[in-house]
Amino acid sequence: MSQAADSAAEAWHADRFGRWRRRFGLAAFGAAVVLMWIAIAILAPVIAPYPFEAVDVTKRLLAPSAQHWLGTDALGRDVLSRLIWGSRISLFAGIVVVAIGAALGVLIGGVAAYAGGRAEELMMRATDLVLCFPPIILAMAIAAALGIGVRNTMIAMLVVWWPKFARLARSLVLVQRSQEYVEAAVVMGYGSGRILFRHIVPNAVGPLVVLVTLDVGQAIITFAGLSFLGLGVVPPMPEWGAMVSEGRELVDQWWVATFPGLAILSVVVGFNFLGDGIRDWLDPKSRRR
Amino acid sequence: MTDSAPLLEVRNLRTEFLTDAGPVRAVDGVSFEVEAGATVGIVGESGSGKSVTALSILRLLAENARIGDGSRIAFRGRDLATLDEDEIRRLRGGEIAMIFQDPLTSLNPVLRISKQLVEGMLAHGRQSQAEALRHGIDLLARMGINAPERAVSGYPHEFSGGMRQRVMLAMGFANNPSLLIADEPTTALDVTIQAQILDLLKTLNREFGTAVLLISHDLGVIANVCERVLVMYAGEVVEEGPAEALLAEPRHPYTWALLNAVPRLDQEPPADKRLTAIEGAPPDPSEPPSGCRFRPRCPFAVERCGEHPDLLPVAEGRKARCWVTQAGERLLKPSTAAAVSAPAAEAGQPMLSLRNVVKHYPLRRDALFSPRKVVHAVDGVDLDIGRGETVGLVGESGSGKSTIARLITRIQKPTAGSIRFGDIDLATADRSVLRPLRRRIQMIFQDPYASLNPRMTVGQILSEPLRFHRLVRGPEEAKARVGELLEMVGLSARAAERYPHEFSGGQRQRIGTARALAVEPELIIADEPISALDVNIRAQIINLFVGLQQRLGLTFLFIAHDLAVVRQVSDRIVVLYLGKVMEVATARDLFAEPLHPYTRSLISAAPIPDVAAERKREHIRLAGEPPSPVAPPSGCRFRTRCPVAQGICAEIEPPLAEYRPGHRAACHFSGQA
Repeated sequence: MSQAADSAAEAWHADRFGRWRRRFGLAAFGAAVVLMWIAIAILAPVIAPYPFEAVDVTKRLLAPSAQHWLGTDALGRDVLSRLIWGSRISLFAGIVVVAIGAALGVLIGGVAAYAGGRAEELMMRATDLVLCFPPIILAMAIAAALGIGVRNTMIAMLVVWWPKFARLARSLVLVQRSQEYVEAAVVMGYGSGRILFRHIVPNAVGPLVVLVTLDVGQAIITFAGLSFLGLGVVPPMPEWGAMVSEGRELVDQWWVATFPGLAILSVVVGFNFLGDGIRDWLDPKSRRR
Repeated sequence: MTDSAPLLEVRNLRTEFLTDAGPVRAVDGVSFEVEAGATVGIVGESGSGKSVTALSILRLLAENARIGDGSRIAFRGRDLATLDEDEIRRLRGGEIAMIFQDPLTSLNPVLRISKQLVEGMLAHGRQSQAEALRHGIDLLARMGINAPERAVSGYPHEFSGGMRQRVMLAMGFANNPSLLIADEPTTALDVTIQAQILDLLKTLNREFGTAVLLISHDLGVIANVCERVLVMYAGEVVEEGPAEALLAEPRHPYTWALLNAVPRLDQEPPADKRLTAIEGAPPDPSEPPSGCRFRPRCPFAVERCGEHPDLLPVAEGRKARCWVTQAGERLLKPSTAAAVSAPAAEAGQPMLSLRNVVKHYPLRRDALFSPRKVVHAVDGVDLDIGRGETVGLVGESGSGKSTIARLITRIQKPTAGSIRFGDIDLATADRSVLRPLRRRIQMIFQDPYASLNPRMTVGQILSEPLRFHRLVRGPEEAKARVGELLEMVGLSARAAERYPHEFSGGQRQRIGTARALAVEPELIIADEPISALDVNIRAQIINLFVGLQQRLGLTFLFIAHDLAVVRQVSDRIVVLYLGKVMEVATARDLFAEPLHPYTRSLISAAPIPDVAAERKREHIRLAGEPPSPVAPPSGCRFRTRCPVAQGICAEIEPPLAEYRPGHRAACHFSGQA
C-alpha cells in the first residue's frame, strides 16, 4: 500500500472521535440538559432553598442576591424555588401528554392503516376533523370547559395531541404492511393483532421515537402557554408558563419572567437536540461518513 | 499518442474504501484495455469489484474511497486517476458516458425529458438550446422511441423502465462519446425488453463506433454483446480473453463455475434437476484469503494454490490467474448425474385447482363522476397442480404471476373464480376455515432482505410458527426443532441466535425456506425465490429446493421470469401474459415445440452464454412494450406485439385449446410463428 493512502487511512481513523462529536455532540448536550432537568424535578424537595408557597410581602420583588439567587416575585416568593418545583409540573405534563398522545395516535393510526377500507376512512377523517382546528385554541376551549387544573389541561391537550401521531403511525404502518415479512406472517395464519403489534409496530417505531422526543419540548411550550393564559395550574402551584405570565408586566423586575422563560427555552432546546440526534442515529443513510 | 494506443488503458487499479472497520480493498490490481470501437465485458458476482472498477474510471466514487497511488487510468493519453476535478467533469457525459442499472431512479422525476436531455449538451457547451433540442429528438428517434417530439415534453414517470433506459442512452450519446460504460443496464428489465436494449447497444457500437464497456453478472448478456471478457473475483481479474473462446472453454475454475451454475436454454436439464453449484460465498474483501482467492471454493485446487497466482497468458490472447490451467490442465465439463427415475406426479385428482380465477384492482377515479378504471391483474386463469409435482409459472412483469401466488395463499382475495384445495374453495373461505389450511400451503418470497422481520432473531422467526400452530410443546422442543430446520436448509443451528441482517442474501433465502418448512406444508409457492441472488447462490438454492422436494415429497409452484431456471426445476410450465394463460405444457414439450408465438419469443430473447450457439439461434424480437393491464387489447392480449397477428386476433379471443395431451395454447395460429 502506498504511503499517501496509509496516512489518509490513519487520518480517517484518528478523526473518529471528531466525526462522533460532529454527529452526536449536540445530541449528547441535549441529553445532558434533559437529564439535568429530570434530576432537578426529582430532587426538588431537597434542593429548593425555600418552600415554593412561602409568601412574604416584606420581601416582594427583590433583585437576585445571595439569599435569593434568582430574586423574588410580587408576593415575595423565591423565584429559584418556584422554578425548581415548577420543573416537576412542566416536565410531567410534557412527557405524559406526549406519551399518552403517541400511544393513542399509534393505536388509532395503526389500526386504521391495517384495517383499511371504511374503518380507515372513518378514523382518518376523525383525525382530520381535530387537525383542522388551531390546536391551542381548541385546547383552550376544552380546558376552559373542563375547568382550571393540571389534569383538565392535560386532558385538553391530549384531545389535540394524538392526531399527528395517528397520521404518522398510519403512513409508517402502510409502508411496513406491504413488506414481504408481513405477507409471510399472513400466510402463517397469524391474527391481525399479532401481526400489527408484534411484527409491524416494532419496525415502524423509529420515526415515532424521533417525533416523541421533539414533541416533548412542544408540549411543554403549549402547556406553559395555557398556564400563561391562566388555564394550567391552580395557584399557588408554580408552573413556568404561569410564572412568565406573572412577571410579564414587571419590566423593571426582569428576573421574575426571564428565568422561567430561560428554563422553558433550555428544556425545549435540549429535547430538540436529543430528537435530532436520535433521528440521525436511526437513519441508516446518515451512518455513512 | 500513437494510433495503436488503446482508447482506455487501466493499469494496476486499486480502489479501497476507508471504513470504521479498516480499509476494504474492493479493486485490487486490475489491468485491462479497451480499444477504440471495441466491446469489452466485465463479469462477476456482487462484491467482485466490477462496478467499483467502472466507477473508478470516471472517479464517481463515494467520499471514503481512495484510488491507490500506483494506479493509472489512461484515456486518450491522459491519466484519469490524477486529473483535476474540473477536467474529469468535462469528460463525464462528454467523451465518456455512463448508464446505470436502475432506470427508474436515474432520471430526475420532476424535470421534463427535454430539459434533462439538453442539459448535458448545454453543459458541454457546443450547441445552442434549439440545436440541442433538435439533436436530442433525433437521438431519441435513434434509440427507438416512437414520436420523440411528443416524448420530450413528458416526465419520466410516463415512461416504462425500458423506455427510460433508452432516454438514458440518448443522454449518454448526446455528446458523441468515444466510450460508453454501461453498468448492468438491463438487469432491471424484462427479458424481451432486455433483448431490445442489447440489440440497441450493439447497433450503437457499430454505427457510432463508440467503445462499450459492459458490466454484468449475466454471462449470457456479455456473450451477446462483447468481443472480449474480463472475469472478476474478489477484486481481481481472474480470467481475460475473447468472449467466444472464454465461454466455450473457460481456463479459470471460477469462470467454469459461473458457466455451469446457470441452466442453459439450449440444453436439456439433467434428470435430477440439480445444477453444478460451488460451495460457500465470495470472501470478505477486508480480509481476502492468502494464496489464490478462489481456493477455498475451488473444486480443482492443488497444493500450489496456497501461493497467490499471477494473471498470465494461457493461450493466444487469453490470460488466467490459475496455477492449474497455467500448468496446462483442462477444466472438464461437470458430469451430469445419471437419470434417476423422477417420482412421477400422481395422476388423478389435482391437489390444487384454479378455475377462471380473476383479480381486478380498482384504481382511484380520475374525477368525481368518471368511470372507475380497473387493473386486470389476473383475468380468468385455470391452473392445476398435482401432488408431488413442480409447476413453473413464467411471465414478464405485469403478467400477474405474483398476484396468482398471493391469491392462492389468500394474502389477497380473488375477485371471481374458484381455487379448490382438497374439498375447500380457498377463493371464498373465511378466516376460520383458512386458519387450519395455512399450515398446509406456505410461501417463499422474492426479496430475502424484506421477507424476514428485521427485529426478530432467526430463532424467534422460526419458533413463532411452531408455537402458534402448537407443533411443539415447550421452549426446549421448539429450540431443538429450530436447530433441525436450520440444518435441513444447510445452516448451522447456531444461526438461531443471530438477526437477519447478519446473513447474506442466499443465507436469508435459506432462512425463509426454513420458515416455510417449519409448519410441514404440502404445497410451497415460491415467488421469484432466486431472482435477487447471485448466480452461484441461485444454483445452491435451486439444489436445496430440489433436494427438499425429493426428501419431503413437497409440491411446488415455482414462479420466475427466467425461463431456463423454470425449465430446470419444473415438470410442467405455464406461460402467462397480461393476466392470461398463453400456453401450458410439460417442460420438455414447451421447449421442444413451443406453440404460442409469445413463448417462442420469450425463449429466443433469453441470452445464452455461448457465442456460437447464440449466432445460430433464431431471434424473434418483440417490438414495443407490453400494453397496460388497465386497458388490455381486445381479442388476443398478445396481438399488439405478435409477429403473426391477423385481423381475427383483434376480434376473437383464442381459447386455451389442447393440441396434444397436456399441451395447450391460446392462439389462433398455434405453431405457425
